[in-house]
Amino acid sequence: MSSDTKRAIAIVACVVVAGVLVGCLERPKQAQAPAAIAADHMAQWKQRNPDQANRWVEEERERHKIQPPADNSPLLKAEQGKSHVYGNYSERDVLMWGRETEKLVVEGSRIFHSADRLGGTIGVSCDMCHPDAANTHPETYPKFQAQMGRVALLRDMINWCIQHPVRGKALAPDSPEMRAVEAYILAQRKGIALDYGKH
Amino acid sequence: MRAHSQSLDRRSFLKRSAAALGAAAFVPVRVAQSAPDAKDAPAFRFAYISDSHLYAKDLNDRFARALMRAVDDVNNLDPQPDFVFYGGDLAQLGQAHELELGAQILKNLKAPLKIMVGEHDWYLDMGAKWRELYGEPTYSFDHKGVHFVVLMSVVEADFWTKRGLTPMQRMLTVAGLDNGVQSSFTVGAEQRAWLQKDLEKLPNNAPLIVFSHSPLYKLYKNWNFWTDDADEVQAILKRFERVVVIHGHTHQILTNRIGNIHFHGLLSTAWPWPYAPQGMPELTIQMSRPDPFNPNDGCGDGEVLVHADGLVDKVYSLWNRNPITVAKGYTASGGKECVPPKPNRPSY
Repeated sequence: MSSDTKRAIAIVACVVVAGVLVGCLERPKQAQAPAAIAADHMAQWKQRNPDQANRWVEEERERHKIQPPADNSPLLKAEQGKSHVYGNYSERDVLMWGRETEKLVVEGSRIFHSADRLGGTIGVSCDMCHPDAANTHPETYPKFQAQMGRVALLRDMINWCIQHPVRGKALAPDSPEMRAVEAYILAQRKGIALDYGKH
Repeated sequence: MRAHSQSLDRRSFLKRSAAALGAAAFVPVRVAQSAPDAKDAPAFRFAYISDSHLYAKDLNDRFARALMRAVDDVNNLDPQPDFVFYGGDLAQLGQAHELELGAQILKNLKAPLKIMVGEHDWYLDMGAKWRELYGEPTYSFDHKGVHFVVLMSVVEADFWTKRGLTPMQRMLTVAGLDNGVQSSFTVGAEQRAWLQKDLEKLPNNAPLIVFSHSPLYKLYKNWNFWTDDADEVQAILKRFERVVVIHGHTHQILTNRIGNIHFHGLLSTAWPWPYAPQGMPELTIQMSRPDPFNPNDGCGDGEVLVHADGLVDKVYSLWNRNPITVAKGYTASGGKECVPPKPNRPSY
Protein backbone atom coordinates (compact mmCIF):
# COMPACT_ATOMS: atom_id res chain seq x y z
CA MET A 1 0.00 0.00 0.00
CA SER A 2 1.44 3.37 -1.00
CA SER A 3 1.75 6.16 1.53
CA ASP A 4 -0.76 8.22 -0.51
CA THR A 5 -3.37 5.47 -0.16
CA LYS A 6 -2.72 5.21 3.58
CA ARG A 7 -3.15 8.94 3.94
CA ALA A 8 -6.42 8.83 1.98
CA ILE A 9 -7.78 6.04 4.19
CA ALA A 10 -6.84 7.99 7.32
CA ILE A 11 -8.67 11.09 6.05
CA VAL A 12 -11.79 9.11 5.17
CA ALA A 13 -11.74 7.43 8.62
CA CYS A 14 -11.50 10.82 10.37
CA VAL A 15 -14.42 12.20 8.36
CA VAL A 16 -16.59 9.17 9.18
CA VAL A 17 -15.81 9.35 12.92
CA ALA A 18 -16.55 13.09 12.94
CA GLY A 19 -19.80 12.47 11.14
CA VAL A 20 -20.91 9.82 13.65
CA LEU A 21 -20.03 12.13 16.58
CA VAL A 22 -22.02 15.01 15.09
CA GLY A 23 -24.90 12.60 14.51
CA CYS A 24 -24.83 11.47 18.15
CA LEU A 25 -24.79 15.01 19.41
CA GLU A 26 -27.71 16.02 17.20
CA ARG A 27 -29.97 13.07 17.98
CA PRO A 28 -31.46 14.32 21.26
CA LYS A 29 -32.41 17.60 19.60
CA GLN A 30 -34.55 15.81 16.95
CA ALA A 31 -36.43 13.56 19.35
CA GLN A 32 -38.74 12.31 16.62
CA ALA A 33 -40.88 9.20 16.90
CA PRO A 34 -39.24 6.27 15.08
CA ALA A 35 -42.31 5.85 12.88
CA ALA A 36 -42.07 9.45 11.68
CA ILE A 37 -38.40 9.03 10.82
CA ALA A 38 -39.15 5.81 8.93
CA ALA A 39 -42.01 7.53 7.08
CA ASP A 40 -39.73 10.42 6.17
CA HIS A 41 -37.08 8.05 4.84
CA MET A 42 -39.71 6.14 2.90
CA ALA A 43 -41.04 9.36 1.35
CA GLN A 44 -37.51 10.32 0.31
CA TRP A 45 -36.96 6.88 -1.19
CA LYS A 46 -40.26 7.02 -3.07
CA GLN A 47 -39.32 10.41 -4.45
CA ARG A 48 -36.04 9.03 -5.71
CA ASN A 49 -37.65 5.81 -7.04
CA PRO A 50 -41.05 6.83 -8.36
CA ASP A 51 -41.42 3.70 -10.50
CA GLN A 52 -40.63 1.18 -7.81
CA ALA A 53 -42.85 2.29 -4.97
CA ASN A 54 -45.30 -0.63 -5.24
CA ARG A 55 -47.15 1.11 -8.04
CA TRP A 56 -46.75 -2.08 -10.02
CA VAL A 57 -49.47 -3.81 -8.03
CA GLU A 58 -52.00 -1.03 -8.72
CA GLU A 59 -50.95 -0.79 -12.34
CA GLU A 60 -51.31 -4.49 -12.99
CA ARG A 61 -54.67 -4.60 -11.25
CA GLU A 62 -55.86 -1.81 -13.51
CA ARG A 63 -54.69 -3.66 -16.63
CA HIS A 64 -56.00 -7.12 -15.78
CA LYS A 65 -58.96 -8.40 -13.83
CA ILE A 66 -57.52 -10.26 -10.85
CA GLN A 67 -59.63 -12.19 -8.37
CA PRO A 68 -59.16 -10.94 -4.79
CA PRO A 69 -57.97 -13.35 -2.06
CA ALA A 70 -60.43 -14.60 0.56
CA ASP A 71 -61.67 -12.06 3.12
CA ASN A 72 -60.36 -13.16 6.54
CA SER A 73 -61.81 -10.29 8.54
CA PRO A 74 -64.49 -12.53 10.20
CA LEU A 75 -61.58 -14.08 12.16
CA LEU A 76 -61.27 -10.82 14.08
CA LYS A 77 -64.85 -10.86 15.35
CA ALA A 78 -64.99 -14.13 17.32
CA GLU A 79 -64.13 -14.19 21.04
CA GLN A 80 -62.35 -17.53 21.36
CA GLY A 81 -59.13 -16.75 19.52
CA LYS A 82 -58.18 -13.99 21.91
CA SER A 83 -57.07 -16.36 24.65
CA HIS A 84 -54.86 -18.41 22.30
CA VAL A 85 -51.39 -17.63 21.10
CA TYR A 86 -52.28 -19.20 17.75
CA GLY A 87 -55.53 -17.55 16.74
CA ASN A 88 -54.99 -14.19 18.34
CA TYR A 89 -55.04 -12.30 15.06
CA SER A 90 -54.87 -8.58 14.63
CA GLU A 91 -56.16 -6.41 11.82
CA ARG A 92 -52.56 -6.03 10.78
CA ASP A 93 -52.22 -9.82 10.34
CA VAL A 94 -55.29 -10.00 8.13
CA LEU A 95 -54.17 -7.03 6.06
CA MET A 96 -50.68 -8.46 5.64
CA TRP A 97 -51.92 -11.93 4.60
CA GLY A 98 -54.19 -10.42 1.97
CA ARG A 99 -51.62 -8.02 0.58
CA GLU A 100 -48.78 -10.51 0.40
CA THR A 101 -50.93 -13.24 -1.16
CA GLU A 102 -52.34 -10.86 -3.71
CA LYS A 103 -48.87 -9.57 -4.57
CA LEU A 104 -47.76 -13.06 -5.60
CA VAL A 105 -50.88 -13.41 -7.76
CA VAL A 106 -50.41 -9.97 -9.33
CA GLU A 107 -46.79 -10.79 -10.12
CA GLY A 108 -48.05 -14.01 -11.71
CA SER A 109 -50.41 -11.97 -13.89
CA ARG A 110 -47.50 -9.80 -15.05
CA ILE A 111 -45.49 -12.86 -16.09
CA PHE A 112 -48.53 -14.60 -17.64
CA HIS A 113 -49.08 -11.57 -19.89
CA SER A 114 -45.44 -11.07 -20.92
CA ALA A 115 -43.59 -13.10 -23.54
CA ASP A 116 -40.33 -11.56 -22.25
CA ARG A 117 -40.90 -12.51 -18.61
CA LEU A 118 -41.84 -16.05 -19.68
CA GLY A 119 -38.61 -16.34 -21.63
CA GLY A 120 -40.53 -16.76 -24.89
CA THR A 121 -38.69 -16.40 -28.18
CA ILE A 122 -41.58 -15.84 -30.63
CA GLY A 123 -43.61 -13.05 -29.01
CA VAL A 124 -46.25 -15.41 -27.60
CA SER A 125 -47.53 -15.09 -24.02
CA CYS A 126 -50.05 -17.20 -22.05
CA ASP A 127 -52.89 -14.67 -22.36
CA MET A 128 -52.89 -14.99 -26.16
CA CYS A 129 -54.76 -18.31 -25.79
CA HIS A 130 -55.95 -17.86 -22.19
CA PRO A 131 -57.38 -14.36 -21.59
CA ASP A 132 -58.05 -13.95 -17.85
CA ALA A 133 -56.50 -17.46 -17.55
CA ALA A 134 -59.63 -18.90 -19.21
CA ASN A 135 -59.43 -22.51 -20.40
CA THR A 136 -56.54 -23.36 -18.04
CA HIS A 137 -58.82 -25.42 -15.74
CA PRO A 138 -56.30 -25.87 -12.88
CA GLU A 139 -59.07 -27.58 -10.90
CA THR A 140 -58.75 -30.67 -13.15
CA TYR A 141 -55.14 -31.48 -12.17
CA PRO A 142 -53.60 -33.90 -11.44
CA LYS A 143 -54.86 -35.85 -14.44
CA PHE A 144 -53.59 -38.37 -16.92
CA GLN A 145 -52.37 -36.28 -19.85
CA ALA A 146 -52.65 -38.71 -22.75
CA GLN A 147 -50.34 -36.62 -24.94
CA MET A 148 -47.59 -36.82 -22.28
CA GLY A 149 -48.28 -40.43 -21.39
CA ARG A 150 -48.30 -39.69 -17.66
CA VAL A 151 -50.12 -37.94 -14.87
CA ALA A 152 -49.55 -34.20 -15.09
CA LEU A 153 -49.74 -31.44 -12.50
CA LEU A 154 -50.72 -27.89 -13.39
CA ARG A 155 -47.04 -26.90 -13.39
CA ASP A 156 -46.26 -29.64 -15.93
CA MET A 157 -48.78 -28.11 -18.32
CA ILE A 158 -47.47 -24.60 -17.64
CA ASN A 159 -44.00 -25.78 -18.55
CA TRP A 160 -45.29 -27.65 -21.59
CA CYS A 161 -46.89 -24.44 -22.86
CA ILE A 162 -43.73 -22.44 -22.12
CA GLN A 163 -41.63 -24.93 -24.07
CA HIS A 164 -43.96 -25.34 -27.06
CA PRO A 165 -46.38 -22.55 -28.01
CA VAL A 166 -44.23 -19.95 -26.18
CA ARG A 167 -40.93 -21.54 -27.28
CA GLY A 168 -39.07 -20.77 -24.08
CA LYS A 169 -37.14 -22.81 -21.53
CA ALA A 170 -38.99 -24.79 -18.87
CA LEU A 171 -39.09 -23.06 -15.46
CA ALA A 172 -37.69 -24.80 -12.39
CA PRO A 173 -40.73 -26.07 -10.43
CA ASP A 174 -39.77 -23.95 -7.39
CA SER A 175 -38.66 -20.85 -9.31
CA PRO A 176 -40.26 -17.52 -8.35
CA GLU A 177 -41.78 -17.29 -11.84
CA MET A 178 -43.42 -20.73 -11.70
CA ARG A 179 -44.79 -20.08 -8.18
CA ALA A 180 -46.25 -16.75 -9.33
CA VAL A 181 -47.79 -18.04 -12.57
CA GLU A 182 -49.30 -21.00 -10.75
CA ALA A 183 -50.68 -18.64 -8.10
CA TYR A 184 -52.31 -16.41 -10.73
CA ILE A 185 -53.94 -19.31 -12.59
CA LEU A 186 -55.30 -20.83 -9.37
CA ALA A 187 -56.56 -17.44 -8.18
CA GLN A 188 -58.49 -16.85 -11.41
CA ARG A 189 -60.52 -20.04 -10.86
CA LYS A 190 -61.60 -18.98 -7.38
CA GLY A 191 -64.89 -20.60 -6.44
CA ILE A 192 -64.68 -23.49 -8.95
CA ALA A 193 -64.94 -26.92 -7.33
CA LEU A 194 -61.84 -29.12 -7.46
CA ASP A 195 -62.37 -32.07 -9.78
CA TYR A 196 -59.03 -33.76 -10.27
CA GLY A 197 -58.68 -36.19 -13.16
CA LYS A 198 -61.37 -34.49 -15.25
CA HIS A 199 -60.91 -34.33 -19.03
CA MET B 1 -60.76 -27.46 -47.75
CA ARG B 2 -63.42 -29.07 -49.98
CA ALA B 3 -65.58 -27.60 -52.69
CA HIS B 4 -69.27 -28.20 -52.13
CA SER B 5 -71.30 -30.56 -54.23
CA GLN B 6 -73.78 -27.80 -55.07
CA SER B 7 -71.14 -26.04 -57.08
CA LEU B 8 -69.81 -29.11 -58.91
CA ASP B 9 -71.01 -30.39 -62.27
CA ARG B 10 -72.87 -33.70 -62.47
CA ARG B 11 -69.89 -35.87 -63.38
CA SER B 12 -67.63 -34.68 -60.57
CA PHE B 13 -70.57 -34.85 -58.21
CA LEU B 14 -71.02 -38.54 -59.01
CA LYS B 15 -67.29 -39.12 -58.58
CA ARG B 16 -67.38 -37.37 -55.24
CA SER B 17 -70.47 -39.33 -54.15
CA ALA B 18 -68.70 -42.57 -54.96
CA ALA B 19 -65.75 -41.44 -52.85
CA ALA B 20 -68.12 -40.50 -50.08
CA LEU B 21 -69.60 -44.00 -50.08
CA GLY B 22 -66.15 -45.28 -49.22
CA ALA B 23 -66.28 -43.17 -46.09
CA ALA B 24 -69.87 -44.16 -45.40
CA ALA B 25 -69.23 -44.55 -41.70
CA PHE B 26 -69.62 -40.87 -40.96
CA VAL B 27 -70.21 -38.84 -44.11
CA PRO B 28 -73.94 -39.54 -44.64
CA VAL B 29 -74.70 -38.62 -41.03
CA ARG B 30 -72.95 -35.28 -41.35
CA VAL B 31 -74.58 -34.52 -44.67
CA ALA B 32 -77.98 -35.33 -43.24
CA GLN B 33 -77.40 -32.95 -40.36
CA SER B 34 -75.88 -30.01 -42.10
CA ALA B 35 -76.42 -30.12 -45.87
CA PRO B 36 -78.27 -27.08 -47.16
CA ASP B 37 -81.60 -27.60 -48.85
CA ALA B 38 -80.96 -28.91 -52.39
CA LYS B 39 -83.90 -26.94 -53.84
CA ASP B 40 -82.28 -23.78 -52.60
CA ALA B 41 -78.79 -24.02 -54.07
CA PRO B 42 -76.46 -21.12 -53.26
CA ALA B 43 -76.07 -18.42 -55.89
CA PHE B 44 -72.31 -18.04 -55.35
CA ARG B 45 -69.65 -18.51 -52.75
CA PHE B 46 -66.64 -16.73 -51.37
CA ALA B 47 -63.81 -17.95 -49.15
CA TYR B 48 -62.51 -16.36 -45.98
CA ILE B 49 -59.26 -16.11 -44.03
CA SER B 50 -58.97 -14.14 -40.79
CA ASP B 51 -56.98 -13.13 -37.71
CA SER B 52 -53.45 -14.18 -38.68
CA HIS B 53 -51.71 -11.89 -36.14
CA LEU B 54 -48.42 -11.81 -38.03
CA TYR B 55 -45.13 -10.93 -36.43
CA ALA B 56 -41.97 -10.59 -38.52
CA LYS B 57 -41.21 -13.96 -40.12
CA ASP B 58 -37.84 -14.30 -38.38
CA LEU B 59 -39.44 -13.66 -34.97
CA ASN B 60 -42.40 -16.01 -35.38
CA ASP B 61 -42.54 -18.35 -38.34
CA ARG B 62 -45.59 -20.24 -37.04
CA PHE B 63 -48.15 -17.50 -37.65
CA ALA B 64 -46.71 -16.68 -41.10
CA ARG B 65 -46.80 -20.36 -42.10
CA ALA B 66 -50.39 -20.64 -40.90
CA LEU B 67 -51.47 -17.78 -43.19
CA MET B 68 -49.56 -19.40 -46.08
CA ARG B 69 -51.43 -22.63 -45.40
CA ALA B 70 -54.77 -20.79 -45.55
CA VAL B 71 -53.78 -19.17 -48.85
CA ASP B 72 -52.95 -22.64 -50.21
CA ASP B 73 -56.31 -23.96 -48.97
CA VAL B 74 -58.19 -21.24 -50.80
CA ASN B 75 -56.08 -21.54 -53.94
CA ASN B 76 -56.83 -25.28 -54.04
CA LEU B 77 -60.60 -24.71 -54.10
CA ASP B 78 -62.00 -25.96 -57.38
CA PRO B 79 -63.88 -24.13 -58.72
CA GLN B 80 -62.37 -20.96 -57.30
CA PRO B 81 -64.52 -18.78 -55.03
CA ASP B 82 -65.77 -15.46 -56.46
CA PHE B 83 -63.54 -13.60 -54.03
CA VAL B 84 -61.64 -14.06 -50.75
CA PHE B 85 -62.60 -12.03 -47.71
CA TYR B 86 -59.92 -11.25 -45.10
CA GLY B 87 -61.48 -10.57 -41.67
CA GLY B 88 -58.90 -8.31 -39.98
CA ASP B 89 -55.96 -8.61 -37.54
CA LEU B 90 -53.52 -9.39 -40.31
CA ALA B 91 -50.70 -8.01 -38.07
CA GLN B 92 -50.08 -8.60 -34.36
CA LEU B 93 -48.68 -5.17 -33.44
CA GLY B 94 -49.63 -3.05 -36.45
CA GLN B 95 -46.01 -2.68 -37.55
CA ALA B 96 -45.34 -1.75 -41.18
CA HIS B 97 -43.22 -4.87 -41.74
CA GLU B 98 -45.97 -7.09 -40.31
CA LEU B 99 -48.63 -5.60 -42.59
CA GLU B 100 -46.27 -5.80 -45.55
CA LEU B 101 -45.53 -9.48 -44.83
CA GLY B 102 -49.28 -10.11 -44.75
CA ALA B 103 -49.82 -8.26 -48.01
CA GLN B 104 -46.99 -10.23 -49.61
CA ILE B 105 -48.52 -13.59 -48.56
CA LEU B 106 -52.07 -12.56 -49.54
CA LYS B 107 -50.79 -11.51 -52.99
CA ASN B 108 -50.52 -15.22 -53.81
CA LEU B 109 -54.31 -15.62 -53.73
CA LYS B 110 -55.73 -16.46 -57.14
CA ALA B 111 -59.17 -15.00 -56.43
CA PRO B 112 -59.66 -11.24 -55.81
CA LEU B 113 -59.17 -10.08 -52.21
CA LYS B 114 -61.59 -7.99 -50.12
CA ILE B 115 -60.10 -6.95 -46.80
CA MET B 116 -61.28 -5.56 -43.44
CA VAL B 117 -59.21 -3.92 -40.71
CA GLY B 118 -58.83 -5.19 -37.13
CA GLU B 119 -57.59 -3.46 -34.00
CA HIS B 120 -54.17 -5.16 -34.22
CA ASP B 121 -53.66 -3.54 -37.65
CA TRP B 122 -54.61 -0.06 -36.50
CA TYR B 123 -53.43 1.20 -33.12
CA LEU B 124 -49.69 1.64 -33.70
CA ASP B 125 -49.98 4.31 -36.39
CA MET B 126 -53.78 4.81 -36.31
CA GLY B 127 -54.20 3.16 -39.69
CA ALA B 128 -51.55 5.04 -41.68
CA LYS B 129 -49.84 1.93 -43.07
CA TRP B 130 -53.18 0.16 -43.55
CA ARG B 131 -54.53 3.03 -45.67
CA GLU B 132 -51.34 3.06 -47.72
CA LEU B 133 -51.81 -0.65 -48.53
CA TYR B 134 -55.58 -1.00 -48.81
CA GLY B 135 -57.22 2.44 -48.85
CA GLU B 136 -60.16 3.45 -46.66
CA PRO B 137 -61.26 0.75 -44.21
CA THR B 138 -64.99 1.50 -44.62
CA TYR B 139 -66.51 0.68 -48.01
CA SER B 140 -69.26 -1.20 -49.80
CA PHE B 141 -69.61 -3.16 -53.04
CA ASP B 142 -72.19 -5.15 -54.96
CA HIS B 143 -71.69 -8.70 -56.16
CA LYS B 144 -74.25 -10.77 -58.09
CA GLY B 145 -77.20 -8.89 -56.63
CA VAL B 146 -75.96 -8.87 -53.02
CA HIS B 147 -74.91 -5.62 -51.34
CA PHE B 148 -71.78 -5.99 -49.17
CA VAL B 149 -70.69 -3.49 -46.50
CA VAL B 150 -67.29 -3.51 -44.78
CA LEU B 151 -67.14 -1.57 -41.49
CA MET B 152 -64.27 -0.45 -39.26
CA SER B 153 -65.90 -1.55 -35.99
CA VAL B 154 -62.87 -1.26 -33.70
CA VAL B 155 -62.91 2.50 -33.03
CA GLU B 156 -61.78 3.08 -29.43
CA ALA B 157 -62.17 6.29 -27.44
CA ASP B 158 -58.80 7.93 -26.61
CA PHE B 159 -57.40 6.26 -23.48
CA TRP B 160 -53.77 6.96 -24.35
CA THR B 161 -53.28 10.76 -24.36
CA LYS B 162 -54.11 11.25 -20.69
CA ARG B 163 -51.83 8.39 -19.74
CA GLY B 164 -49.03 9.66 -21.95
CA LEU B 165 -48.65 6.31 -23.72
CA THR B 166 -46.29 5.92 -26.67
CA PRO B 167 -47.79 4.54 -29.91
CA MET B 168 -46.31 1.09 -29.11
CA GLN B 169 -47.67 1.17 -25.54
CA ARG B 170 -51.09 2.04 -26.98
CA MET B 171 -50.80 -0.84 -29.45
CA LEU B 172 -49.74 -3.32 -26.76
CA THR B 173 -52.68 -2.25 -24.58
CA VAL B 174 -55.17 -2.83 -27.40
CA ALA B 175 -53.44 -6.09 -28.36
CA GLY B 176 -54.15 -7.59 -24.93
CA LEU B 177 -57.63 -9.15 -25.18
CA ASP B 178 -58.10 -9.04 -21.40
CA ASN B 179 -56.44 -5.63 -20.94
CA GLY B 180 -58.95 -3.43 -19.12
CA VAL B 181 -57.15 -0.12 -19.73
CA GLN B 182 -58.46 0.15 -23.29
CA SER B 183 -61.91 1.40 -24.34
CA SER B 184 -64.77 -0.57 -25.86
CA PHE B 185 -65.04 -1.02 -29.62
CA THR B 186 -67.49 1.17 -31.51
CA VAL B 187 -68.52 1.84 -35.10
CA GLY B 188 -68.97 5.50 -34.20
CA ALA B 189 -71.42 8.21 -35.26
CA GLU B 190 -69.52 9.12 -38.42
CA GLN B 191 -69.62 5.58 -39.87
CA ARG B 192 -73.20 5.05 -38.73
CA ALA B 193 -74.20 8.13 -40.76
CA TRP B 194 -72.21 6.75 -43.69
CA LEU B 195 -73.94 3.36 -43.34
CA GLN B 196 -77.39 4.96 -43.25
CA LYS B 197 -76.59 6.82 -46.46
CA ASP B 198 -74.98 3.81 -48.14
CA LEU B 199 -78.08 1.68 -47.57
CA GLU B 200 -80.55 4.45 -48.44
CA LYS B 201 -81.30 3.32 -52.00
CA LEU B 202 -81.77 -0.37 -51.16
CA PRO B 203 -85.29 -1.80 -50.89
CA ASN B 204 -86.20 -3.63 -47.67
CA ASN B 205 -85.92 -7.03 -49.35
CA ALA B 206 -82.40 -6.42 -50.71
CA PRO B 207 -79.90 -9.17 -49.89
CA LEU B 208 -77.36 -7.56 -47.53
CA ILE B 209 -74.15 -8.86 -45.96
CA VAL B 210 -72.24 -6.70 -43.46
CA PHE B 211 -68.67 -7.39 -42.34
CA SER B 212 -67.37 -6.12 -39.00
CA HIS B 213 -64.22 -7.16 -37.16
CA SER B 214 -65.91 -7.25 -33.74
CA PRO B 215 -69.27 -8.97 -33.39
CA LEU B 216 -71.96 -6.34 -34.04
CA TYR B 217 -73.70 -7.22 -30.80
CA LYS B 218 -72.90 -7.27 -27.09
CA LEU B 219 -71.44 -10.61 -26.06
CA TYR B 220 -68.67 -10.10 -23.48
CA LYS B 221 -67.35 -6.65 -22.72
CA ASN B 222 -64.13 -7.65 -20.93
CA TRP B 223 -62.67 -9.16 -24.10
CA ASN B 224 -64.25 -6.68 -26.52
CA PHE B 225 -66.37 -9.51 -27.91
CA TRP B 226 -68.59 -6.48 -28.11
CA THR B 227 -69.51 -3.36 -30.06
CA ASP B 228 -70.62 -0.57 -27.78
CA ASP B 229 -72.99 1.07 -30.29
CA ALA B 230 -74.27 -2.28 -31.63
CA ASP B 231 -77.87 -1.31 -30.82
CA GLU B 232 -77.63 1.82 -32.96
CA VAL B 233 -76.08 -0.12 -35.87
CA GLN B 234 -78.71 -2.86 -35.57
CA ALA B 235 -81.40 -0.14 -35.67
CA ILE B 236 -80.07 1.01 -39.06
CA LEU B 237 -80.30 -2.59 -40.34
CA LYS B 238 -83.73 -3.23 -38.86
CA ARG B 239 -85.87 -2.32 -41.88
CA PHE B 240 -84.33 -5.07 -44.01
CA GLU B 241 -86.08 -8.43 -44.22
CA ARG B 242 -82.84 -10.26 -43.52
CA VAL B 243 -79.23 -9.29 -42.96
CA VAL B 244 -76.11 -11.42 -42.47
CA VAL B 245 -73.29 -10.04 -40.32
CA ILE B 246 -69.93 -11.81 -40.54
CA HIS B 247 -67.29 -10.89 -37.98
CA GLY B 248 -63.72 -11.80 -37.02
CA HIS B 249 -62.02 -11.18 -33.64
CA THR B 250 -63.54 -14.14 -31.75
CA HIS B 251 -61.42 -16.93 -33.35
CA GLN B 252 -64.12 -19.59 -32.92
CA ILE B 253 -67.38 -21.05 -34.21
CA LEU B 254 -69.94 -18.48 -33.15
CA THR B 255 -73.57 -18.22 -34.27
CA ASN B 256 -76.24 -15.74 -33.24
CA ARG B 257 -79.49 -14.29 -34.43
CA ILE B 258 -81.10 -11.07 -33.26
CA GLY B 259 -84.41 -10.52 -35.05
CA ASN B 260 -83.69 -10.12 -38.77
CA ILE B 261 -79.88 -10.25 -38.32
CA HIS B 262 -77.99 -13.54 -38.64
CA PHE B 263 -74.44 -13.47 -37.19
CA HIS B 264 -71.50 -15.73 -38.01
CA GLY B 265 -67.92 -15.69 -36.65
CA LEU B 266 -64.69 -16.50 -38.49
CA LEU B 267 -61.89 -18.89 -37.56
CA SER B 268 -58.38 -17.57 -36.95
CA THR B 269 -55.27 -18.98 -38.60
CA ALA B 270 -53.16 -18.17 -35.50
CA TRP B 271 -54.93 -19.48 -32.39
CA PRO B 272 -58.45 -20.20 -31.09
CA TRP B 273 -59.94 -18.11 -28.26
CA PRO B 274 -61.84 -19.74 -25.40
CA TYR B 275 -65.57 -19.06 -25.34
CA ALA B 276 -66.67 -16.08 -23.25
CA PRO B 277 -67.59 -17.04 -19.67
CA GLN B 278 -70.96 -15.30 -19.98
CA GLY B 279 -73.31 -13.87 -22.60
CA MET B 280 -73.02 -16.79 -25.06
CA PRO B 281 -75.77 -16.73 -27.73
CA GLU B 282 -78.17 -19.67 -27.48
CA LEU B 283 -77.73 -20.59 -31.15
CA THR B 284 -73.98 -21.18 -30.82
CA ILE B 285 -72.98 -24.82 -30.78
CA GLN B 286 -69.53 -24.43 -29.28
CA MET B 287 -66.58 -26.26 -30.73
CA SER B 288 -64.98 -28.58 -28.21
CA ARG B 289 -61.84 -27.47 -26.43
CA PRO B 290 -58.89 -27.29 -28.85
CA ASP B 291 -56.01 -29.72 -28.29
CA PRO B 292 -53.15 -27.72 -26.73
CA PHE B 293 -50.71 -30.26 -28.14
CA ASN B 294 -51.66 -29.41 -31.73
CA PRO B 295 -51.06 -25.75 -32.62
CA ASN B 296 -53.42 -26.03 -35.61
CA ASP B 297 -56.38 -27.45 -33.72
CA GLY B 298 -59.29 -25.03 -33.54
CA CYS B 299 -57.71 -22.89 -36.30
CA GLY B 300 -58.62 -22.82 -39.97
CA ASP B 301 -60.33 -20.85 -42.70
CA GLY B 302 -63.55 -21.43 -44.62
CA GLU B 303 -66.21 -20.61 -47.14
CA VAL B 304 -69.47 -18.71 -47.24
CA LEU B 305 -72.18 -20.01 -49.58
CA VAL B 306 -74.48 -17.11 -50.40
CA HIS B 307 -78.12 -17.76 -51.35
CA ALA B 308 -80.20 -15.51 -53.57
CA ASP B 309 -82.09 -14.12 -50.57
CA GLY B 310 -78.79 -13.09 -48.94
CA LEU B 311 -78.74 -15.75 -46.21
CA VAL B 312 -75.63 -17.94 -46.08
CA ASP B 313 -74.32 -21.39 -45.28
CA LYS B 314 -71.23 -20.70 -43.19
CA VAL B 315 -68.51 -23.34 -43.56
CA TYR B 316 -65.85 -23.60 -40.85
CA SER B 317 -62.96 -25.52 -42.43
CA LEU B 318 -61.07 -26.59 -39.32
CA TRP B 319 -57.53 -27.76 -39.97
CA ASN B 320 -57.50 -30.63 -37.50
CA ARG B 321 -61.18 -31.64 -37.59
CA ASN B 322 -64.05 -32.30 -39.95
CA PRO B 323 -65.45 -29.11 -41.43
CA ILE B 324 -68.62 -27.82 -39.79
CA THR B 325 -71.37 -26.08 -41.74
CA VAL B 326 -73.82 -23.76 -40.05
CA ALA B 327 -76.50 -23.86 -42.75
CA LYS B 328 -78.90 -21.03 -43.53
CA GLY B 329 -81.73 -23.29 -42.37
CA TYR B 330 -80.23 -23.38 -38.87
CA THR B 331 -80.35 -19.65 -38.18
CA ALA B 332 -83.52 -19.20 -40.29
CA SER B 333 -85.39 -21.80 -38.19
CA GLY B 334 -84.06 -20.39 -34.94
CA GLY B 335 -82.02 -23.53 -34.31
CA LYS B 336 -84.76 -26.10 -34.98
CA GLU B 337 -83.53 -27.43 -38.34
CA CYS B 338 -80.15 -28.26 -39.94
CA VAL B 339 -78.54 -28.51 -36.48
CA PRO B 340 -74.71 -28.67 -36.74
CA PRO B 341 -72.93 -31.57 -34.97
CA LYS B 342 -72.50 -31.22 -31.21
CA PRO B 343 -69.10 -31.63 -29.51
CA ASN B 344 -68.24 -34.60 -27.27
CA ARG B 345 -65.86 -32.65 -25.02
CA PRO B 346 -66.57 -29.49 -23.02
CA SER B 347 -65.24 -26.21 -24.36
CA TYR B 348 -64.46 -24.70 -20.90
